[in-house]
Amino acid sequence: MSAVVVTGMGVVAPTGLGARRHWENTLAGRTAIGRITAFDPAGYSSRLAGEIRDFVPGEHLPGRLLPQTDHMTRLSLVAADWALEEAAVDQAALPEFGMGVVTASSAGGFEFGHRELEKLWSRGPEHVSAYQSFAWFYAVNTGQIAIRHGMRGPNGVLVTEQAGGLDAVAQARRQVRGGTPVMVSGAVDGSPCPWGWVAQLSGGGISRSEDPDRAFLPFDVQAAGYVPGDGGALFVLETEQGARARGVRSRYGEIAGYAATFDPPPRSERPSTLRRAIELALEDAGLEPSRIDVVFADGAGVPERDRVEAEALLSVFGPYGVSVTVPKTMTGRLSAGGAALDLATALLTLRHGEIPPTVNVTSPVPDYQLDLVTQPRRRPVSAALVVARGHGGFNAAMVVTR
Amino acid sequence: MNEFTVDDLTTILRECAGEDDESALDGDILDVEFGSLGYDSIAMMETAGRIKIDYGVVLADDVVLSAGTPRELVRLVNLTMVESS
Repeated sequence: MSAVVVTGMGVVAPTGLGARRHWENTLAGRTAIGRITAFDPAGYSSRLAGEIRDFVPGEHLPGRLLPQTDHMTRLSLVAADWALEEAAVDQAALPEFGMGVVTASSAGGFEFGHRELEKLWSRGPEHVSAYQSFAWFYAVNTGQIAIRHGMRGPNGVLVTEQAGGLDAVAQARRQVRGGTPVMVSGAVDGSPCPWGWVAQLSGGGISRSEDPDRAFLPFDVQAAGYVPGDGGALFVLETEQGARARGVRSRYGEIAGYAATFDPPPRSERPSTLRRAIELALEDAGLEPSRIDVVFADGAGVPERDRVEAEALLSVFGPYGVSVTVPKTMTGRLSAGGAALDLATALLTLRHGEIPPTVNVTSPVPDYQLDLVTQPRRRPVSAALVVARGHGGFNAAMVVTR
Repeated sequence: MNEFTVDDLTTILRECAGEDDESALDGDILDVEFGSLGYDSIAMMETAGRIKIDYGVVLADDVVLSAGTPRELVRLVNLTMVESS
């Protein structure tokens, strides 16, 4: 099957707008977790988040798009712009249905919906924006990107919570292999509003710590929940031959392997299927575990889920068998955008030959036997594995190679 | 009530459906199609909603969508205002 490569990347993350800033901050271990500023969090049980704070939508997008877009849609549009710009795709040279979009979402445009619900109950139904009809929708990022760039090829959305970023890119890879020359894919997500916050809190697992440096400690003996955040990344995917034919000289890497599995229901006797997802992704990439140079772990930060992931990694790679890092310790978990951002960071790791650190984790659980990267490691990286687990039983694993 | 003017309409368009740059709705737009100005059917529904709130003028959805230009929409608003007063 033809190799599908990433030729463009747009990163919008708490750690930075743009791939370069995100990479610099991530490598330097600068955390972006802090007290929530999007609204007053004083009355809530958890008050920390990984927020994008320097994004001014009007600086990046036409005014016509602002009244009809949620926060995460605006970020998505900008990420797609950057990815397409970098890939230098010549749309005029493509057939009418030659470009498509697949994104992932976990909740849709919650912040937009929050404002409209507020108008509904305080001022009446006639005050609710007509744009609410689509601005809240899971598929809205895909739709807005497709409209903005005239991408009339295969379009879709996947809703698999934190696994979404990988599942979407895998679906885009299928479309490229199926003959669509160019796909935009990935995920940007986040609901920085009280309604979104309450929804997140109800899911459980969110850290109640007030200390940004101690709130999210995946694989640590003190792990006690995670911190949510907003952001993600979008990519341009095409075949290697296609990219070469149109004169693309540099690419980030190949989407070499992928698999998804679904866990048994809670309280089942059967074990998690995460290990199987990892093994199948390696098989799909045609790589032995020993060929993987670094794992970007899901890093739930919830002891029970950490244990399941650590056991899966231990069984596939052996004790301390591979470098494992969790850069999302600097951003929090970005819902569907989280795995997409990890994928971006993994591709940047391939490019720069430096593994970014897991911050704040000082006492990894010894039984996990993980070689956790807590300081940046400079070394050639030719293959990376990204692991993502979504609330509700979703497991996804993706292998990227240089 | 005072007459509804094209200036009133552009204010509403700017506020509720946005504008691509500061001057897109300046100048003589009376006979420019809403489509050419960048306003689609949902933008027109949004605009009609604001006209109802601000001016108490209720325009049926199909009436709003039948107005192809600002001149036509302003005329329909004023006509409805007179009929209901």
